[in-house]
Parts: sequence; C-alpha cells; structure tokens
Amino acid sequence: MSPAEATLDDARETEDLTYLEAISSGLREEMRADETVICLGQDIAAFGGAFKVTDGFLEEFGPERVIDAPLAENMILGAATGAAIEGMKPVCEMQFADFIACGFDQLVNVAAKMHYRQGIAVPIVVRLPSGGGFSGGPFHSQNPEAWFLQSPGLKVVAPATAADAKGLLASAIRDPNPVCFLEHKGLYRHVRGEVPAGEHLVPIGEARIAREGGEMTVIAYGSTVQLALEAAEQLDEEIEVLDLRTLAPLDADAIVASVERTGKVLVAHEATRSCGVGAEVAALIGERCFELLDAPVRRLTAPDVPIPFSPPLEQAVLPQLEQMKEACRELIAY
Amino acid sequence: MKLETASPARNGSRERPDRKLGDSGDHLTREDRALLLRYMLLMRLSEERGLTLYKQGKVPGSFYDGCGQEAISVGASFVLGPRDRMCILHRDLGAHFVRGVTPERYLANYMGRSGGVTGGKDGNMHFGDPGLGCVGMVSMLPDMAPVAAGMALAFKLRSEPRVAMTFFGEGSTANGQWHEAMNFAGVHKLPVVYILENNRFAYSTPTELEYAVDPVERASGYGFPGVSVDGNDVEAVFEAAREAADRARAGEGPTLIECHTMRMHGHGAHDDMSYVPPELFDEWGSRDPIELHRARLAADHGFAGEELDEIRADCERVVAEAVERALESEMPDPAIACEGVFAERLEPLGDGEAPWSRWRERDAAPERSAA
Repeated sequence: MSPAEATLDDARETEDLTYLEAISSGLREEMRADETVICLGQDIAAFGGAFKVTDGFLEEFGPERVIDAPLAENMILGAATGAAIEGMKPVCEMQFADFIACGFDQLVNVAAKMHYRQGIAVPIVVRLPSGGGFSGGPFHSQNPEAWFLQSPGLKVVAPATAADAKGLLASAIRDPNPVCFLEHKGLYRHVRGEVPAGEHLVPIGEARIAREGGEMTVIAYGSTVQLALEAAEQLDEEIEVLDLRTLAPLDADAIVASVERTGKVLVAHEATRSCGVGAEVAALIGERCFELLDAPVRRLTAPDVPIPFSPPLEQAVLPQLEQMKEACRELIAY
Repeated sequence: MKLETASPARNGSRERPDRKLGDSGDHLTREDRALLLRYMLLMRLSEERGLTLYKQGKVPGSFYDGCGQEAISVGASFVLGPRDRMCILHRDLGAHFVRGVTPERYLANYMGRSGGVTGGKDGNMHFGDPGLGCVGMVSMLPDMAPVAAGMALAFKLRSEPRVAMTFFGEGSTANGQWHEAMNFAGVHKLPVVYILENNRFAYSTPTELEYAVDPVERASGYGFPGVSVDGNDVEAVFEAAREAADRARAGEGPTLIECHTMRMHGHGAHDDMSYVPPELFDEWGSRDPIELHRARLAADHGFAGEELDEIRADCERVVAEAVERALESEMPDPAIACEGVFAERLEPLGDGEAPWSRWRERDAAPERSAA
C-alpha cells in the first residue's frame, strides 16, 4: 500500500465508482465547496459533455457556472486564464485531448508563462479526455502529455484509478497553476474502485506504488498502470508497479527509490515513443541510478506514428498485454 | 462628439472618419485635460530616451514604441476606475503611466534591469504591473483579447460594475483568435472594451493586404457596436472609451473602438520603414496628437503658453531623472532565472491608479478592491 493510501482513514465512507463517475464526483464536490469554480467547454451544459462527465451540472449549478462554449479552444483557454486572474477557478473541458492543439497558444504562451513573467497566478484546469483503443482515429485518440512537458509552468497529471481521478482533480482545481488533467477514455467505464466520499485530495507530484515487488519495476501512468498490474498478476512474478500519477513535476525520488529496490525498469506508456515520458524517466534513471541498474532501461510505448483507425492497425500500435508480459519476462530473465 | 459606426470601407480605402476634434463635454475638467497632455508627453519623452538607450547598446533585443499613437492609450485608459483591468499592448506605454507605472520602471524593464516591472524576466513592452491591475501582453497577437474577455466574464458572473480593456492593432484582426474573442464577448455581452489601433501597417504589410473590409464593420456581426474615431485626438478617444466603459458597466456589453492613426516609427528600431510612402509621414506628421491637444488647450481651455511649456519641462525632468535611476538599477541576479515558474498561492491583482476626476471625486473608496 502506498503512503498516500495508508493515510486514508480506514473508517471513512467510500463509494464504488467508475473512473468517469469519480471525475464527476471530484468536480461536483469542488463546485459545491467553492463558488469560484466554473466549467467551460463545448457541449458540457445541456448535453452534459461528450462523455457525460458534467451530466446534471447545469441543473445543479446553473448556466453561469456551467458554460457551453463556442467551438473555439483558444478562446476557452484564454477566457479561462482571464477569469482565473480575476478570482475564478475555471475547469476547461477539451472535448477530446487532441483539440488542445487548437488552444495550444493560449495554454503555452499565455497561461503557462504567466507566473514566471509577471508573478500572476493562473488557477485553471484543462481536462483532456485522452487515449485510444476505440477506433477514434488520428484526431480522437492521442496522448499529448509530452507536448505539455516541454512547456514550463504547466503541471500535468494522469490518474490511473478512480480514487486518484477524483483526488487529483480536486487538487488540480485548488492548485494556483494551470494543470493539464489527462483522463484516459479507455479507463472511463472500465476502471472502477472504492473512492472516498466527500472531500478527497491526492497531492500533485507524488507517485504511488500500485504493486510491490523486488524483481523489476514497471513505471507507468494512466492506461498502462492497469496493463502492468494485469501482466504482473498473470506472470505471478515479483513485479513492482510504480504509478507516476503526476508527470510534471515528476516524482524523481519515488522513481529512484524503486530502482534501488529492483535494479530493472520498464517504462510503459500509450503515448508515442520519442521524447516521451519514458525517455525522460530513462534519462533520469541513467543520471541518478546508473550503478544500481541490473539491466538496460526498457520502454514499451506506441511507435512514432499517428494512431490509425482500423482495429487491427490500432492494436498494432497501442501497447498490448502480451507485449507487456513479454517485456517483463525479458527483463526478469536479463 | 457623436459616435457613429464607420461607413463601409472599400478595399484599399485610405479614408479616415470625420476628423472633427472630440467633444468631451463636461466629462473632463481643466486638470484632466492637462493630465492627458502630461501622460502623452511622458510617453513620447520616455520612448525617445528609451530609443537613445537602445542606440547606446543599453537595451538588449530591439526597441518598440508608439510614436504618433500616444492619444490612444492615454485617452482610452484615462476612463478606467481603480478596479477596472487592462491588458496593454506594445504601442500603449501611456496606459501603463496612467495606471501608475513610472518611467523609471519602464526604462529599467527595457534594459533588463532588476528594477524593471518584470525584474528581467521579460523585456521590451511585455509587461504589466499586477499590483496596478494590469496583465502584460505576449508576442502572439491578439492573445490578450480572449484574456480580457475572461476577466470581463469574471466581473459579469459576480455582477460587479467593472470593465476589462485591451488593445490590438488592425494586423491582429486577421488572426482567428480575434474572431474567437469578439464572438464570445458578443454572445455573453461581456463588459469589455476593445481598442483597435489602426496604424496602417502590420509591420510592413499595408491595410489593403490585411483586410477587404475595415474590421470595425465586423462588430455588428458580433452583436455589439463598432465605432470609429480619430486616434490622434485624445479627447475623441477618451469620449468613445468613456461611452463604451459606461455601456459595459451598465451591462450592455462590449464595444469595439477603432482608432485611426499612423505608426510614425518602424515596427521596431531595427525597421527602416522603407516601405512607407513618404507622403503618409507628411500627412500624419501634421496631425501630431500631442501638438493637436496642446493647441486645443491653448485655443479652447485657456491654457497659457507658459503653463503648457511648464508641463512639458516637468515631464522632461521626470524622464531625465528616470533614466538616471533606471541606469543605476542593477542587473538581475542570475539565481532568479530558475525561480517563479510556479505560483505557490493565489495572488489577486491590485488596483490601478485612476487619475480621471470622476474617480478622484468619488474618493474611489467604495470602488477599491478588498483584495
């Protein structure tokens, strides 16, 4: 059990929620607790959002706090930035993470640099339904996290569990900085778990040990955490699974500590390979853990191609369970 | 001055609207009018000294000014109350001065000194003093148009009688974000005042290659008024901005104000302006906004030549002292280069100075932010 989970009050009331329901729960709790929290996005009000995260929010919070935005991502992010500077805490929904490309200028040039340049806090959250696996094709399946990691001033979180989805969203809303919240669409209805009722905060910047083990470590986040846990169970090996939870700022100490325990590392993510989180983690391990390693650091990622549409093509690109198991077997045998 | 929507412009038209001098009626006192002259002079003189510092090699990068456009930023910002907010652009130094930035901090910022508004983190005109209710611009244009809309959205959601104002050039109106911002501001009737500075060139590209129809005409398509004024007439700009701000405060939504002017210097100090027809300089040079206002003060408001000379002499003293102090400001400690990427806490903006007599008469107390 991770330290974060260990601090939970065991007697505390929980509810069994899907990952998607947990995001809704976290957002609703924050909106109830803080009237400066507003939602801004396309089709989030009357329709409740493309994935129904904000279903019922219009009725509960009204059209002033749940705003259907025109199809204009830069405007959404720019207006959120302005509103945040003037005391609101906007939560923006990109209908799909891919569309952040249409709002990238406001995100990286205005919001991200604001505090460094001028000392002005920009407490916005950008919710990013990300990831593939459902034939969404090249424009509805991307995992754009590495884009954000090259933009200092942004925090980036990517929960893998329902409890973390709720707790990290609440922390993101309370954070005085722009936070990119990657919510993997493949987890929305396929991952569920016990989620603390009421206020639940998971600190940004702290990784979580999802499974303990001494033979090797799989460092993962988002969708590949589940994949790693399944592989570890099926292989029945002493595989540690480190769930990064936050990609910026990276929990370097947790990574180093895990390498100290196992000496072998596989970094797994659904995003493409070059200059991705895996590359950064591998470089960090190379710099800080070279003499602790018992094997080369390996990566399991999508190759450097757009995400194709047709199911066999998409499956050929996205990391699969068998590949995860094979990569683990090879590392353990090294 | 009656504000009218501009007549439809033809492709390539160089027509300007009625150049009748503004009639600010009872809204400006004698002292207000002197202040308008003072702020324009402070801008002109500070930028002249800044350009000299650039030529002396004391300004890293390049140097950008708003020579010939002083009436716009001064006249527009002069309407704002303490709790109103601004995003100020690179030809708009006068607005910084109206809100309370000193020439010293402006010059120090240009020289990358620790005493500059950003302490060396950003340069040239990319600054805004958050303590004075300003958010600094970024180079991408018109990125502050959506941001100002967002500030106005916050005011509207809280039912506060406050106004957000920002500037952009006619060049910016070609960018998609301009449309995104105007559309959103119109949909939600946001209390925002958009000042369009039509200075005839986007860097080197003339207006006839920038748009087919004068952008002020688009305002009606967004559901709010677009008005066109002589941007070299500080009182005309003031009056248009006053009406727009009053409309915004009354919940009547945004206004687009096009100020016709001419950029009398290059895009930056590195720009020789070889692309500008010389007759344009002659034409607009004869209508210098500072000279126009000075002449009006003498002709219509009983200012003696000596009094006007003294205003200028005082501005010269202020700017000369500012140069000395800015030069004494130390370069920033390299240790801060990696500091401040993230905020540790929420940091509300402070309020700006509001020198217009309307705000001073009210003593500003009820308007002041508790934050």
